[in-house]
Amino acid sequence: MALLKSSKIISTVGVYPPLGAFSIRASSWWSEVQMGPPDPILGVSEAYKRDTNPKKINLGVGAYRDDQGKPFVLSCVRKAEAQIAAKKLDKEYLAIGGLGDFNKACAKLALGDDNEVIKSGRNITVQTISGTGSLRIGANFLSRFHTEAREVYLPTPSWGNHTPIFRDAGMQLKAYTYYDPKTCGFDFQGALNDISKIPAKSVIMLHACAHNPTGVDPRPEQWKEIAELVKKRNLLVFFDMAYQGFASGDIDRDAWAVRYFIEQGHNILLSQSFAKNMGLYGERVGGFTVVCKDAEEAKRVESQLKILIRPIYSNPPMNGARIAATILNTPDLYKEWLGEVHGMANRIITMRELLVANLKKEGSTKNWQHVIDQIGMFCFTGLKPEQVERLTKEFSVYMTKDGRISMAGVTSGNVGYLAQGIHSVTK
Amino acid sequence: MSLFGEVPQATPVAVFKVTNDFKEDPNPKKVNLGVGAYRTDEGQPWVLPVVKKVEKIIVADDSLNHEYLPILGLPEFRSSASKIALGEDSPAIQENRVGAVQCLGGTGALKIGAEFLRRWYNGNNNTRTPVYVSAPTWENHNAVFVNAGFEDVRPYKYWDAEKRGLDLSGFLGDLERRKLFVFFDSAYQGFASGCLDKDAWAVRYFITQGFEMFCAQSFSKNFGLYNERVGNLTIVARDPDNLKRVLSQMEKIVRVTWSNPPSQGARLVAVTLNNPELFSEWKDNVKTMADRVLSMRASLRAKLEALETPGTWDHITQQIGMFSFTGLNPNQVEYLIKEKSIYLMASGRINMCGLTTKNIDYVAESIHESVVNVQ
Repeated sequence: MALLKSSKIISTVGVYPPLGAFSIRASSWWSEVQMGPPDPILGVSEAYKRDTNPKKINLGVGAYRDDQGKPFVLSCVRKAEAQIAAKKLDKEYLAIGGLGDFNKACAKLALGDDNEVIKSGRNITVQTISGTGSLRIGANFLSRFHTEAREVYLPTPSWGNHTPIFRDAGMQLKAYTYYDPKTCGFDFQGALNDISKIPAKSVIMLHACAHNPTGVDPRPEQWKEIAELVKKRNLLVFFDMAYQGFASGDIDRDAWAVRYFIEQGHNILLSQSFAKNMGLYGERVGGFTVVCKDAEEAKRVESQLKILIRPIYSNPPMNGARIAATILNTPDLYKEWLGEVHGMANRIITMRELLVANLKKEGSTKNWQHVIDQIGMFCFTGLKPEQVERLTKEFSVYMTKDGRISMAGVTSGNVGYLAQGIHSVTK
Repeated sequence: MSLFGEVPQATPVAVFKVTNDFKEDPNPKKVNLGVGAYRTDEGQPWVLPVVKKVEKIIVADDSLNHEYLPILGLPEFRSSASKIALGEDSPAIQENRVGAVQCLGGTGALKIGAEFLRRWYNGNNNTRTPVYVSAPTWENHNAVFVNAGFEDVRPYKYWDAEKRGLDLSGFLGDLERRKLFVFFDSAYQGFASGCLDKDAWAVRYFITQGFEMFCAQSFSKNFGLYNERVGNLTIVARDPDNLKRVLSQMEKIVRVTWSNPPSQGARLVAVTLNNPELFSEWKDNVKTMADRVLSMRASLRAKLEALETPGTWDHITQQIGMFSFTGLNPNQVEYLIKEKSIYLMASGRINMCGLTTKNIDYVAESIHESVVNVQ
């Protein structure tokens, strides 16, 4: 047992010979590892940090900021944290599927308290590592069990991370028309055309509200037609709902499409995130739901989700889920939360209006209506890459090359300057 | 017609089933020696005093918020956690060739490491590279590597059932003449002997021998932060350039798995490790836990020997850490569960933390009965 008895060696470690003398191999196992490409959004933030212009604006950030440009910790979150601290709970492992109180409340929030799905127990909802973790579990589940079709259809464009997540899980990525660059709005006919050609049983990804990155959402009557076509084509629907409450300010309104599809008989997959609507970004709070045929199927699916989760991270983190559950399950806090979400959404909407008003004041003759029509955290301005580059170089306004800006980075203090810059590069 | 009509019911994860069955058992004398979490002598979970203290510090700090951490995690957590494993004065750290990825518990660290290896080790995407794990090993090791895509997960000899100890010659025999990449799993540093440095000896020795390696660290047990999922994948590379490229690829893997890790637990650990007083207090808390386990080991062995239970029982005190492989066979295990409401794994593994001064007599007597009555 030489290894265990040699604890004496450690005390003389300071005298050990230089590494070369004991090298087993001169080269590294990692010589062939390529440098990964830099993250485009991270790159934007880094460049912003380096810029010394006092008027600089960071519109790359995908996190809410208050009107002073500061991160915002919701008051209901602070209250929930205080309540939780007072309970002096232990830190024992959660179940693989997460905190039960959170899971139930999470499903109710998305589907509505009285939803027949919840009443009949035919959904399985598990706690996940925010939206990303939820999508990943969903992708893994599809890869393993949805063997009749390998393709996932994403809207064009979609959140940048959708593609690598599904691809890494072994699915194949396809696209359907969504955004119309000519109108900076929804290409409804284009979407219907493409969807009508999607092979049966393929997976179609839909953004429930506040489409990322465009901010362009279908209207209810358009959603109805999409639902009907998707049913006709026999497609498996995967909703990504990362902004419930954050889009219109109303949680029921933002969940309308999800609830409508279920009503129409679609047994959907659903990813939810509480990063934005509760400001719990770094706590990684999310849910993944599969709406099944019945409770028995839900149990089978649940057992398989656990098998998928265990070799990734065993069981999810408690802190954020506990905060979210406390808020959702405590009437006072829930009410306060609704108000705060409404407040955040309102500030965004106000900034949209202010931006357009300021652009007009600057003398811009372009049509900026899409800035007001789009919804949620992001706005696809319609700016071309060359214009974006000028905006960054000449005005220190940082955003992604596709013309996307985060409205959360706009404040009443900087909106005038921003309008100046945008007008200058587009006139 | 459901798309999921063919999804079969999966068998439950064994260790959680044991706890489940324990919970449902109405016998007032029941004992849970299954899942691996620390318990006090009152049989209760223990939130470390230092953790309670640091939680208050965090709550009182208005400058903190819930913003996203970087993809690789909280920098001050990653560096201090790696220092814990490698030692404050580690030359590898001084040479800037140590990096880390904050992960969701030890499992998460193993996962990210496994995913990286499958993509970049031994050629690209070489899923046929054998992965050697000890026989036996934590049952999730297998699943982690298989799910990362490895097709050939093999055992190397480790446990000698007759000696109830290490099969060193078997171990060496299985691994000789092979160029192997070392992946350490460090889930119990400090918890095993009560001393952080002693428990890290093997990892540090390998580094002095020039190995590049991964080390998956868990802070679930030694910080009692089980449900906050605090882990760290420490990477020791040949040089800073290799390290840089490795980390850049780790980011890509993290991004498609969980984007960025949870902040609460990592913050707790970072504050503790980076403050000399709190660090000292933590080491004391760790020693408290390790000492209780050691005393239960001594006590169980003494009682079995006093009862003259057939066989030898010195393996109980020679083994180290939370678990003991008792040597009980499946029939004897079943007897303990069914007749005595003492819950343990089919392998005969018991969690020493489940023993208390109040239940140890009952457990010792029951083990005695099972060995005497059941073949």
